[in-house]
Amino acid sequence: MTAPGITLNGSVDIGGAPLIAQIALAVAPGQWTCLLGASGVGKSTLLRLIAGIADEAALTGTLAAGDGAPLAGRVALMAQSDLLLPWLTVAENVALGARLRGTAPDKARVAQRLADVGLAAQAAQRPATLSGGQRQRAALARTLMEDRPIVLLDEPFSALDARTRAQVQDVAAELLRGKTVLMVTHDPAEAARLSDAILVLDTGGLRSHAAPPGAPPRAVDDAQMLSAQGALLAELRAGS
Amino acid sequence: MRRAGSIIASALVALAAWQALVLLTGVPRFILPGPALVAETLWTSRALIAHHTMITAIEVLAGLALGASLGGATAVALAASPLARQLVRPMLIFSQAVPVFALAPILTLWFGYGIGSKIVMTLLVIYFPVTSAFFDALMRTPQAWVDMARLMGASPARIMRHIRIPAALPGFASGLRLAAVYAPIGAIIGEWVGASKGLGYLMLLANGRAKTDLMFAALIVLAVCTVLLHAAVDRACRATLDRNG
Repeated sequence: MTAPGITLNGSVDIGGAPLIAQIALAVAPGQWTCLLGASGVGKSTLLRLIAGIADEAALTGTLAAGDGAPLAGRVALMAQSDLLLPWLTVAENVALGARLRGTAPDKARVAQRLADVGLAAQAAQRPATLSGGQRQRAALARTLMEDRPIVLLDEPFSALDARTRAQVQDVAAELLRGKTVLMVTHDPAEAARLSDAILVLDTGGLRSHAAPPGAPPRAVDDAQMLSAQGALLAELRAGS
Repeated sequence: MRRAGSIIASALVALAAWQALVLLTGVPRFILPGPALVAETLWTSRALIAHHTMITAIEVLAGLALGASLGGATAVALAASPLARQLVRPMLIFSQAVPVFALAPILTLWFGYGIGSKIVMTLLVIYFPVTSAFFDALMRTPQAWVDMARLMGASPARIMRHIRIPAALPGFASGLRLAAVYAPIGAIIGEWVGASKGLGYLMLLANGRAKTDLMFAALIVLAVCTVLLHAAVDRACRATLDRNG
């Protein structure tokens, strides 16, 4: 299954108030695209529209997958909050999708996903016993378990400390390779480290920005990555 | 242990004050019997009191089980259906404006002189607190959990079962704790209005025959049973919530 791209053309409003003026968003298939911008410009709403859960917002325009098939059922979303259910174990949380669809969870795959994110030893624990980084890795395992070709990430690592964030970014970059990833972030460093393509959204609209050379995840001290990070921050400041 | 010690100390102080009041004022025993006399009556009439306690306990437990089930089911139905909310909720709130006490005679007429009408009375007393506490908790499910479940392809019924109900169990538990304290009130009101058995009947009978010591003995048994019921419900809720996170 190859991951399709996403195109979204149009304007977005919330309860009749315009949120995003006419934009043309194109997410390349099988690549990691970062959508960068200040708080409140509508980045998360765009993700929720693509996910099909934005009851509060209305898109005037078109939204489609690159292969023409419907998006529904092919999208997974991971948010800043890990959304782990406190009454289930880590393994049960990872297998939540099957529970919610009334099917039997594939226990071998659950174990594999937990091992992928380094939580095999914590499978039977409750989320409350995990650290912030472990919780976010559990959420990543739950997202991977859904095995959707399109993965939307809404600032999933922004609440983590710098060291943990870099570790979880590495795990995510490796495990999400080959999927169409659209990640919302307000952190230029994260965009410069992880992206194949970078988009900047502000009140002036949507602009494309060159990603640094080299395959992601780029080293945290890579000179070109750091210079791209600086250029992105300058652009964000100029845009606001 | 410290808590148990403080409860015992508090009870001893209350008993001493009670006995002192009786001794100092010299009120006749049919107005206010002293704790020693009440304890004696409690012991000599233990079979009689136990018999009536058993009846009241059955009414309370049956009413509690029925009220909790019906209240829980109502809360889930209201949370699941906007139409049900529109139709039933105003009615539910209006029903709270009717004093339940005023319904007791009519319940005796409908459900008879036996334990049936007392069970219904108990049910009515606890139905609203249980429904209300559980419903409020069900309506506070974090939207992000619901969105995640929708994206995973869950039906509204499965979201209810696997996300909203487990997330609302602490609210249901606080409704049940309130219900444990209210339930005996319902049973006693029912027995006052018309019964031939139960602690409420016994208290009324003792009062009418100026057996104030027996009245107090029954009252103390009722209060102790209510405290024990509340403690048992509290423990059961805690154990369940611990197991479910």
